[in-house]
Amino acid sequence: MTEFFQNLGMSYEWAWGVATVCGILLIALPLMLAVAMIIYADRKIWAAMALRRGPNVVGPFGLLQSFADGLKVFLQETIIPSSANRGLFLIAPIITFTVALMAWAVIPFNSGAVLADINVGLLYILAVSSLGVYGVILSGWSSNSKYPFFSAMRASAQMISYEVSIGFILIGVVLFADSFNLNEIVRVQQGHGLGIVNAFGFNLLLFPLAVLFFISSLAETARTPFDLTEAESELVAGYQTEYSSMSFALFWLGEYANVLLMCTLNAVLFWGGWLPPIDWAPLYAVPGIIWLFAKILFFFFAFSWVKATVPRYRYDQLMRLGWKVFLPISLIWVFLVSGYLMLTRYS
Amino acid sequence: MIQLIAFYLFATITIASAAMVIFARNPVHSVMWLILAFFNAAGLMLLAGAEFIAMLLVIVYVGAVAVLFLFVVMMLDIDFAELRAGFVRYLPLGALVAIILAAELVFAVGAWNAGGVDLAARVAPVAEDASNIQQIGELLYTRYIFLFEAAGIVLLVAMIGAIALTHRQRGGTRGQNIAAQNRRRPHEATRLVDPGVGQGMEL
Repeated sequence: MTEFFQNLGMSYEWAWGVATVCGILLIALPLMLAVAMIIYADRKIWAAMALRRGPNVVGPFGLLQSFADGLKVFLQETIIPSSANRGLFLIAPIITFTVALMAWAVIPFNSGAVLADINVGLLYILAVSSLGVYGVILSGWSSNSKYPFFSAMRASAQMISYEVSIGFILIGVVLFADSFNLNEIVRVQQGHGLGIVNAFGFNLLLFPLAVLFFISSLAETARTPFDLTEAESELVAGYQTEYSSMSFALFWLGEYANVLLMCTLNAVLFWGGWLPPIDWAPLYAVPGIIWLFAKILFFFFAFSWVKATVPRYRYDQLMRLGWKVFLPISLIWVFLVSGYLMLTRYS
Repeated sequence: MIQLIAFYLFATITIASAAMVIFARNPVHSVMWLILAFFNAAGLMLLAGAEFIAMLLVIVYVGAVAVLFLFVVMMLDIDFAELRAGFVRYLPLGALVAIILAAELVFAVGAWNAGGVDLAARVAPVAEDASNIQQIGELLYTRYIFLFEAAGIVLLVAMIGAIALTHRQRGGTRGQNIAAQNRRRPHEATRLVDPGVGQGMEL
């Protein structure tokens, strides 16, 4: 895109700057639209699984429900509790929202269609997702209220615990792909399964990691069955209890942007990203972005499915699963994967 | 040009937020300023071409260490009057540390100007085309493997020490044995009885 703006007669610096801003808008605006639509999809899927109708009043099939909700919270008053820490109380939702958008910079939408094609893409994702915890902790603390504070403690412990095993799972993928660059990781998956299937997930050694990663991403985004941060029977609405209007909406948007990001990561790391599922020439006629979106939507459906059907964990069970089950398994898998690669690729 | 602007931006914010860590009245605000300082230091690393170090700085310091700081600081019950009262008492010690640090800085800059530090004489010259991670990995696992493993052992010992210090056996708590629960079958857990009228049953 930089060349395009250079052809319009700009100097390199200006062209680069304008191209980057355009790239950011090209990702962020459709992402916001997608978030609005998947909130609707989420509600429709739960409704269908509970034999209800779901949102069906605003617009055809209730398609405009999320926009109506957005408009409603936009027009509401922002209430700041009198004993809250004003600055941090307002910054916290902004952090959550911004961090949820930042990670998309390195996601490859097609071969070469990525805002920042950096060598350390996966590390960047880890770095950014480890920041998400601050929005939650700060909102819980600055609300100066007991339930949000408990919820913030829970959320941060949960996110940090599962980030550890996610890190080890990613190492397994990186060892196989021999790169931290997400585009490179997708390219390596071409014909990975017996020369036919484009996915790491069909590798017997990596499939367990794909399952672990899916469950960990549920925990990382605090979706059911790990949504103890907003367990309404114990904590009212968790860290969002004191929030209203736009500051609440920012949490909401950030949360769903994170869910979409985790679905995308599932697709990119284990199921071939923008590659078609099968390495067969006619399938490449379909643009890669459509394959990627199909995979993202599939994982999002799985997320909703889990939310509609699985009961909530107890907190100690959650911690046990993270530290006593996932961490040892993912550690052993790092060992297994590197041992396998030493035997086959590097000997 | 962009790099120059970015450098001064990152450097200014790093120094300003480092100063704010000390000046902020509220300790939680201090930690937040510290995080901002870490961030901008990571930006400086990026400008220096060390993207791996920059990412590690964010993952380790911002993502883990600062969260722990924040936890501890948030849990503390802070009396601001008491904090300010301690200021005069600790002033001599603080001033001493500050003077030592300043003197070291002067020495370091002096040694640099005198040509005592020669960055070109690196032990292992690095290839220009390989990425950061590969370069660090190659050095770490070949030339510095013993140092690397020694660092690992020191960390392991520290971890065991921390666990040994904080672990305590609590009596009288009822734990959940999930494996035992999963192993249990209906015929072990239930029993079918047919008590006669008026006899009741033993539990």
